[in-house]
Amino acid sequence: MQLLSGNEATALGALKAGVRFFAGYPITPSTEIAEVMAEELPKVGGIFIQMEDEIASICAVIGAGASGMRAMTATSGPGFSLMQEGIGYAVMAEVPCIIVNVQRGGPATGLPTKVSQADVMAARWGTHGDHPIVALAPYSVLESFELTVKAVEFSLRLRMPVIILSDEIIGHMREVVKLPEEVTIYSPPPLTKSRDEYYHYDDDTNFDAPYAHFGQGYRIHLTGLTHRKDGFPTNDPKIIKWKLDRLLEKITKNREWLHLVDYQDLDSDTVIVSYGSSARSALEAKFEYEQRHNKKIGFLRLITIWPFHYQKLQSLLKNAKRVIVVEMNQGQMTREISRVIKHNAELINVNRYDGELITPEEILAVL
Amino acid sequence: MYKEIRLAGTGGQGLILAGVILAEAVGVYEGKKVIQTQSYGPEARGGASRTDVIISDTDILYPKARHLDILACLSQKSYDSYINDLKEGGIVIYDTFYVQATAANKGYGLPLAIRTRERFGREIFMNIVLLGALAEITGIVKIESLKKAVANHVPKVTLEHNLKALELGSEIGRGK
Repeated sequence: MQLLSGNEATALGALKAGVRFFAGYPITPSTEIAEVMAEELPKVGGIFIQMEDEIASICAVIGAGASGMRAMTATSGPGFSLMQEGIGYAVMAEVPCIIVNVQRGGPATGLPTKVSQADVMAARWGTHGDHPIVALAPYSVLESFELTVKAVEFSLRLRMPVIILSDEIIGHMREVVKLPEEVTIYSPPPLTKSRDEYYHYDDDTNFDAPYAHFGQGYRIHLTGLTHRKDGFPTNDPKIIKWKLDRLLEKITKNREWLHLVDYQDLDSDTVIVSYGSSARSALEAKFEYEQRHNKKIGFLRLITIWPFHYQKLQSLLKNAKRVIVVEMNQGQMTREISRVIKHNAELINVNRYDGELITPEEILAVL
Repeated sequence: MYKEIRLAGTGGQGLILAGVILAEAVGVYEGKKVIQTQSYGPEARGGASRTDVIISDTDILYPKARHLDILACLSQKSYDSYINDLKEGGIVIYDTFYVQATAANKGYGLPLAIRTRERFGREIFMNIVLLGALAEITGIVKIESLKKAVANHVPKVTLEHNLKALELGSEIGRGK
């Protein structure tokens, strides 16, 4: 048993999942992740680099990911903005890597030491162009560890960046946890094709497939330009469409296992939907309400924030007459949920964006 | 058992570290459920700083303190800000050099800063002195558990001084 913060657990999860490369630039409230990585990586033969800024950090991480290392960076809002171009590059070049965003108040420098969940849409659409993205939101110290391990697996299976969308409360909160001694770590299947037969973006290599990395002797060409299966740029409309469909299929063909949710009492008339640290307030409000009134309240927590699984959420929320979305922004997830419930239920949002954690009382007030 | 504790003062007084040590002492060495959170400004020193520690027999969801069982203040501003969050019958502990108590609940005014300066020549160990006093007055944590947790969190060269600071706090807590 040990007392750990969410940030420390994130770093330990990454180390356990085999992350051996970290490049970053310190920023509150994510810095403890870099601190633990700087301390621990050299002990296991890994590499820690403090770069000159977040643009360089994400680029270094992409380079390491393309060279077969499990690579990660950690940042917060302003740094996350700077990383967006690199994240798009990693999507296009299909490089696995992990970006941790411990959310603080924005926009701009905003609130360095205060909590927010306002990067939900920045995680989804911060980088330009049609693209898939995966983002996971932990709500406890233990889950910070577990989801980091999962993020590594997801990124290796899908050959794409995965974002961990933590927040200041979860990152800085300390709980007593017992971390698992061993975790099962995914490794891509071994390469079977010869160098002559290998194409880095061949049709059978999109996900859950072997792929080469720099240094193995296979011919790899990485570019942010839209490319053919050999990695070289193209303007051929057919191939352009093929490439963008390929990227989208990483999500559409794997949505079922990618989409993690936690829920209880969904047959109730009222269901609270939340995620990350505000889900702790929401669950507390559910229990406090049930203690006072003899009536159940449903609770649905999004663990996978992106992709957003409309059909699955539609089915989970089908009995609800009232859906209450609790989040610490001006309603970023509320709009997604409104598209799920359409006009079948009343939608109420409980938002807070003054840098303080939303309280159970604020949620109880609308129950 | 469910107790909410807040340690509050000025950035640089080491209160967040004190919260971490308290949480580790009760969580790791006494087997209770515990959550520690903090709130501070962007300044390294001088801004308002506080830490909340919640101790319970059952899982804790909402991690911030709302109705304080115990409040410890090392600055006037923190006393004025949080004294009204104290539950009826709650315990308030404050340093008599930095805080002028105004509430009806007089609580425990302790000469933490003065005694720390007398003993160590500076106030740097006041956070640990506070923990010793808090343990004696509230019984929320055992001194032995605090000693173990302190050892995990302070530089080795200062351990002896920190353990002495715990003892000093415990003396002050017992009214000596």
